[in-house]
Amino acid sequence: MLSSAIVDNLLSAPVLAFVIAALVTLLKGDIRLPDGLYAMLSMYLLLAIGLKGGKGLAAADLADVWQPLIASVALGLVTPLVAYAALRRPGGLGVVDAAAIAAHYGSVSAVTFTVVLAFLDSTGEVTEGFLAGLLAVLEVIGIIVALAIAQAHLARERGGTGDGDDDGDSGWAEALAEVVRGRSIMLLLGGLVIGLVAGAERLEPVDPLFVGLFPGALTLFLLEMGTVAAQRIRDVREAGWKLVALAVAIPLVNGFLGALAGSLSGLSVGGTTVLATLAASASYIAAPAAVRIALPTANPGLYITASLGVTFPFNIIVGIPIYYAMAKGLA
Amino acid sequence: MITTERQLVTIVAEAVLRRRLLDDIRSLGATGYSISTTDGSGTGGRQTSDWEGPHVRIETIVRDEVADAILAHLVEHYFTNYAVVAWASTVRVARPAKFG
Repeated sequence: MLSSAIVDNLLSAPVLAFVIAALVTLLKGDIRLPDGLYAMLSMYLLLAIGLKGGKGLAAADLADVWQPLIASVALGLVTPLVAYAALRRPGGLGVVDAAAIAAHYGSVSAVTFTVVLAFLDSTGEVTEGFLAGLLAVLEVIGIIVALAIAQAHLARERGGTGDGDDDGDSGWAEALAEVVRGRSIMLLLGGLVIGLVAGAERLEPVDPLFVGLFPGALTLFLLEMGTVAAQRIRDVREAGWKLVALAVAIPLVNGFLGALAGSLSGLSVGGTTVLATLAASASYIAAPAAVRIALPTANPGLYITASLGVTFPFNIIVGIPIYYAMAKGLA
Repeated sequence: MITTERQLVTIVAEAVLRRRLLDDIRSLGATGYSISTTDGSGTGGRQTSDWEGPHVRIETIVRDEVADAILAHLVEHYFTNYAVVAWASTVRVARPAKFG
């Protein structure tokens, strides 16, 4: 059953677009979208997710939302710790690199979120409308926790006296501001507010753009993502097999924790699959910007390669059907 | 001659530093700047975020002492860990009061 879900997922247009673009890039072909279109599609997807979430929130009962919300906060606290522990011990990485990568795994990937929504649509599973709100919560908390780990360790190494101009110290507040004020959170929250205030009926005139065209836009976007990820795959050899193995293992563990949290907080099978996918996903938009500022000595070759070169393709091709199976198993 | 010498400081940096660098040059005495996006390659390695877009190129025309202060600040705070290059060149400007 799992293998047929993986095949079904692989044969969906967005995932096929990703795979084809990755192959073309590995064969040194050129399939990239114009720069402006890539930025436009990113904004469109985030706003569309926000609108959908806002509509869902407007229709939701507070009693249905609070448990998944608490589950998300708990996941945001736990998933970066899982990643950090794995990267430090079996991974053998230093504090700064382990915390930098953990920030990516604690945060979430909005594109992976859109792929799981498209996957669940194709399977006919219903999902709770407010899930995009959980995405915003998870996106921020995971980064805060991982940067706090780095901050605590580095302060201890310095004997508790920060000189104000070192890793984990100088950019800490600025990095958080970068995440919260960054375009991805702002578009997501903007969409949520618009959806919440306007409600489903008033949004009907814009639905053809933000709902009807969504799968097509996602397919176009994943064409670009396939190119970007394949370019990172070339860095995978440099990153080493241990990091590659962890970039697959951490999502599986965090995905299971997400499925457990979703199931315990009363989400549907679809909702649980989404929460598991969010917990398993690694950020490649908000986290790299925050980490670059807060932990400038961390190696981008490691954190970008792990999140974008390994975890993102793994999740959208194989991971999502696995998290779906987990959700069904726990239901 | 109606023109006066000033220093044109040009900074090319990874896009994630945009806001931070603009705050810095203003606090060091720059009265204005031009900013554009640019792309290229160097010894600094890979870009960290495709979402943040390509590198930024910040240009500001300032007095000699401000140019020195900006370059010294970049040496101290950015050159070690970030992909940043910067240079100053002498230019001749009209309306020198506009540039500090």
